Amino acid sequence: MMTAIHRPAGTIALGLARGGVELKTFFRQREAVVFTFSLPVVLLVILGTLFSGEVAGTGITVGTLFTAGMIAAGIASTSFVNLGISIATDRDDGTLKRLRGAPMPAASYFVGKVVLVLVASLAEAAIVVGIGWLLFDLALPAEPGLWMTFAWVFLLGVTACSLLGIAASSLARSARSAPAVMNLPYLVLMFVSGIYFIPLSSLPQWLIHIGSLFPFKWMAQGFRSVFLPDALTVQEVAGAWEHGRVALVLAAWCIGGLVLCLTTFRWRSRRDS
Amino acid sequence: MTKQSAISVRGLRKRYRSVTAVDGLDLEIEFGEVFAMLGPNGAGKTTTVEILEGFRPRDAGDVSVLGADPQRAGRDWRRQIGIVLQDAADAGELTVAEMVGHFARYYPAARDPGEVIAMVGLTDHAGRRVRVLSGGQRRRLDVAIGVVGRPRLLFLDEPTTGFDPQARRQFWDLIKSLAGDGTTILLTTHYLDEAEALADHVAVVAAGRVVAEGPTASLAGRSAAVSTVAWLDGAEHREVETDNPAQVIAELTARFGGSVPGLSVSRPSLEDVYLNLFGSMS
Repeated sequence: MMTAIHRPAGTIALGLARGGVELKTFFRQREAVVFTFSLPVVLLVILGTLFSGEVAGTGITVGTLFTAGMIAAGIASTSFVNLGISIATDRDDGTLKRLRGAPMPAASYFVGKVVLVLVASLAEAAIVVGIGWLLFDLALPAEPGLWMTFAWVFLLGVTACSLLGIAASSLARSARSAPAVMNLPYLVLMFVSGIYFIPLSSLPQWLIHIGSLFPFKWMAQGFRSVFLPDALTVQEVAGAWEHGRVALVLAAWCIGGLVLCLTTFRWRSRRDS
Repeated sequence: MTKQSAISVRGLRKRYRSVTAVDGLDLEIEFGEVFAMLGPNGAGKTTTVEILEGFRPRDAGDVSVLGADPQRAGRDWRRQIGIVLQDAADAGELTVAEMVGHFARYYPAARDPGEVIAMVGLTDHAGRRVRVLSGGQRRRLDVAIGVVGRPRLLFLDEPTTGFDPQARRQFWDLIKSLAGDGTTILLTTHYLDEAEALADHVAVVAAGRVVAEGPTASLAGRSAAVSTVAWLDGAEHREVETDNPAQVIAELTARFGGSVPGLSVSRPSLEDVYLNLFGSMS
């Protein structure tokens, strides 16, 4: 029998190999792919069409305003929901157990998930922006500075939502219950984060407070600042884009989410422990 | 604790809330041995194996697996053991070749994935998705993943549960070929014939402890146990129990002046030993 002796692969190399496996697994599950990508898109088309008219004195349609926020809904779907379900499934079907039995550094597993989430989230952002551009007059920003803003909102937002998704995956008792466990908070938070329902300032104060606790509201606000003229700040709760606060809250969620993951992550399903 | 043992367990205990799963279990498994832990469901076999695999912490006892404590052992230790899971249903969307190839990457001296797939008889299915495999094919894939890293020690936890007879025979041949290569194998099973067919050594486990242990052929003094010699005296069935059946047969032959009608000699099977053990316990 042939022996290929080589140095054991490093954490990152194995993580990238995991990423390849994660992408294959995800994109071959056609129903899951269609659901993950199409829920935000279908809601964008329906709600974007329902919200007609112009935001007074800005020349921007409500549909455009809505689209900019829906990028955040799309990314929350591919990071928070999708990651929460996929980890709950890994825990339930033996994937995590098998990996624990192999000489794989735990970090490689998460590197693999990062690859999956980044690829899926970039694809989702491109789809939502593309549909917004086609149907709802979403203008692509010309200034490099705005694309820089897009990049950091995207990276901080994806990271925060992913960590929150990993932590939430532990709430699901089985792979079967995971979609419900992940989608209920997702849908509720989309409504109270100024994404499905705009403007956020028209909601009762206590709902605004709840929405403001989570990263989704801030991610949506960040994306609106990229795709909409500054005149639209009148629609924001604070009357400004608040870049500093967006960065601060998302970064805080990255750190808090990491702590939450480290303290709540389980390698085994509850039935098995 | 002997240095040469692949696995050495003394006084292992594990409780789940009010249930004692393992209650003072001892094991000694030598290198190169196929060792079967035999016992009914709920005897504590899987809990024991999962403690040895490093999946579960123990409450008490000394455990050494390949010279290390599984609870504290790291990646170097993991590289030397192979685990065949009891009920894995993962990676349905990957192909057999992708799955074995991926796991080969975790090990420094992995076997060639194509050769491992051939060894478990899945070459014709290498390009198929894991989720379309039959139960038996799925378990053979699990074995392929378990041995792709060239482990010194392989854990097989009830590997043939739910197999049809033909699949079981094929699976046994596979395990025998691995054992022939010198891999130490710890097998749990509740099938007596499986232990008898595969194992050099058997430990019968009940209620969380070893109730009988020994080389498969002589478990519980089976080879020394009395044999039953039966024959027909006219129409009447006669039998005697003896530890020297040759002597009895010689006497019978002399008495009948040739062939003895209806002569049979039987020794207790592993199953009789096993049933006796559990019969005397309850």
